[in-house]
Amino acid sequence: MNKIFETPLYPYRRAPEQDEERIMRHKVVVVGAGPIGLAAAIDLARNDIPVLVIDDNDKVSFGSRAICFAKRPLEILDRLGAGDAMVEKGVEWELGRVFFGEREVYRFNLLPEAGHKRPAFINLQQYYFEEFLVRRLRELEAEGRPVEIRGRNKLAAIGAHEDHVTLEIDTPEGPYNLETEWLIAADGAGSPTRRMMGLDFVGKVFEDNFLIADVIMQADFPTERWFWFDPPFNRGQSALLHKQPDNVWRIDFQLGWDIDREHELKPENIDRRLRAMLGEDIRYELEWSSIYTFQCRRMETFRKGRVIFAGDSAHQVSPFGARGANSGLQDTDNLVWKLRLVIEGNAPESLLDSYDFERILAADENILNSTRSTDFITPKSEISRILRDAVLDLSAEHEFARPLVNSGRLSVPAVYDGSPLNTADALDGPAISRPGAPCPDAPLGEGFLLERLGDRFILLTIDADAPDEIEEDGITVTRLALSVRDDTTGALKRRYLGDEPSAVYLIRPDQHVAARRPSWNENLFRAAIRRATGKE
Amino acid sequence: MTDLILTPNLDNADDFYATLLAAHEGLTKKESDALHARLILILANHIGDNKLLEQAIEAARKAG
Ligand SMILES: Cc1cc2nc3c(=O)[nH]c(=O)nc-3n(C[C@H](O)[C@H](O)[C@H](O)COP(=O)(O)OP(=O)(O)OC[C@H]3O[C@@H](n4cnc5c(N)ncnc54)[C@H](O)[C@@H]3O)c2cc1C
Repeated sequence: MNKIFETPLYPYRRAPEQDEERIMRHKVVVVGAGPIGLAAAIDLARNDIPVLVIDDNDKVSFGSRAICFAKRPLEILDRLGAGDAMVEKGVEWELGRVFFGEREVYRFNLLPEAGHKRPAFINLQQYYFEEFLVRRLRELEAEGRPVEIRGRNKLAAIGAHEDHVTLEIDTPEGPYNLETEWLIAADGAGSPTRRMMGLDFVGKVFEDNFLIADVIMQADFPTERWFWFDPPFNRGQSALLHKQPDNVWRIDFQLGWDIDREHELKPENIDRRLRAMLGEDIRYELEWSSIYTFQCRRMETFRKGRVIFAGDSAHQVSPFGARGANSGLQDTDNLVWKLRLVIEGNAPESLLDSYDFERILAADENILNSTRSTDFITPKSEISRILRDAVLDLSAEHEFARPLVNSGRLSVPAVYDGSPLNTADALDGPAISRPGAPCPDAPLGEGFLLERLGDRFILLTIDADAPDEIEEDGITVTRLALSVRDDTTGALKRRYLGDEPSAVYLIRPDQHVAARRPSWNENLFRAAIRRATGKE
Repeated sequence: MTDLILTPNLDNADDFYATLLAAHEGLTKKESDALHARLILILANHIGDNKLLEQAIEAARKAG
């Protein structure tokens, strides 16, 4: 049986440009059909912005790689029309166990907050994730949306100009050239685009290696996340066990710095490790194994004229906390509506500078979190190990020490505090929905709030008046009128009003709050719309 | 905001000091280091105020 990651999903086909003398100019080209490039293309295509995706490969990610997807990206996928497929296939988990040395020190329940459509996390192999995105892209293509994906089209050279970018693309039948008005570089951590443009990518290398073994086994371990510090089967290091769909288990062994990669990757050595960990008599099949090292770094700016970087090409974090793909999806969520407005002529190009501001803020937050996890998992000095072990010992006896245990702070979206698109908060409301924050979900009768927000500017009124629609310099804003009378669970009040009796929110197409006040005021909201679109 | 207390504040300084020493009796260096680390964490949690703890760390750094 062929694995999905061994099956070409977008095999090479000769493109019209390859037989043309004239160089064609595209609207948007996305380099890289990883999770981020695919999400960007889907979002653009849904908005009828012509987009071409090129990838030097023709398959989904080899092996599982990312396995843990958080709530906010799932909400974004809902907007893109791919959320259900992911959640149906994914494995939900809430329980975690932490082991130190020989013993289990404690268990925790993530206890996701009620009143959200999507769970806190699902586990799903990256190859499924990408497969579902390719499927969604194909659906859009079949509906006649302007999207195309070209496999085995490798970006070989790039020329950046003031109002366009020139590309040279290698194919199995030789190279061809094209031009594009905009380029989204989603070509991964090794980004050839970044390299060819001579841009920096600075940060911190962590001197550590991790062996991943994804194994298929019929095991009766529960659907939990098990994390070991200094276990007997991997002395001085850590280990992780986590379930994926189809009885695939992610097993992660920390190896340390000075290792012999080839030796470690030999099936017999992986086998020895697995049996020491799971028992001599386990039966399993090795699906994928790999050794990874990691870095925490980002580009100084994510935009260079008409070239915009998103995902791993722009920033890289350690896998602890599952912030790579999760944050990359938030990059495209942030970028695509801005790019749409600029392309449609309804916002100045400078709106894109806010992408840089907002996503750099998020990248720094992710780097900070994943660096801290790494420092806990791999203490850098004798004293940091002593403190780390003290935390773990205490955590067995005393609840207070458990929040100090850090085996990854799972990904939550950034709040764009201080963003140039925000209007100063004018509501004495809950902090979770302040300007810059992603809208928290809330149940509304049969459905949920986020489904009603969609991906246009919205004026959310809660027991407040406002026009049903206003237009401000090409931007149409539609009202969504709600009342606490329909708020059967109280979540809407808790998340959007607090102690205030009413509120009006201006919500951006990426479902982040741009402005809020207790009541409608035409001048102030018109100014807020201009501000949120880079016009003030 | 309360400030870190850096004037005498222990009920009985000699008793406390003796208790602290006694806790380390018979321990190896490694065990003592671990004990210290646990003790610091317990006390820090009890104080529970990052500003105060930063002041304490600063005071400890400066006195060395
Ligand atoms: C072991 C491991 C575990 C992880 N776990 C998680 C997790 O649980 N959750 C999470 O969110 N993230 C996780 N990540 C990170 C996640 O895998 C990445 O963040 C994610 O793949 C980034 O997506 P991307 O689309 O930016 O880049 P990539 O997935 O790297 O895609 C880049 C694409 O660009 C293409 N490309 C490259 N060069 C060219 C070229 N010259 N021309 C054309 N195409 C090109 C490549 O073929 C590739 O398809 C993990 C990573 C690892 C290694």
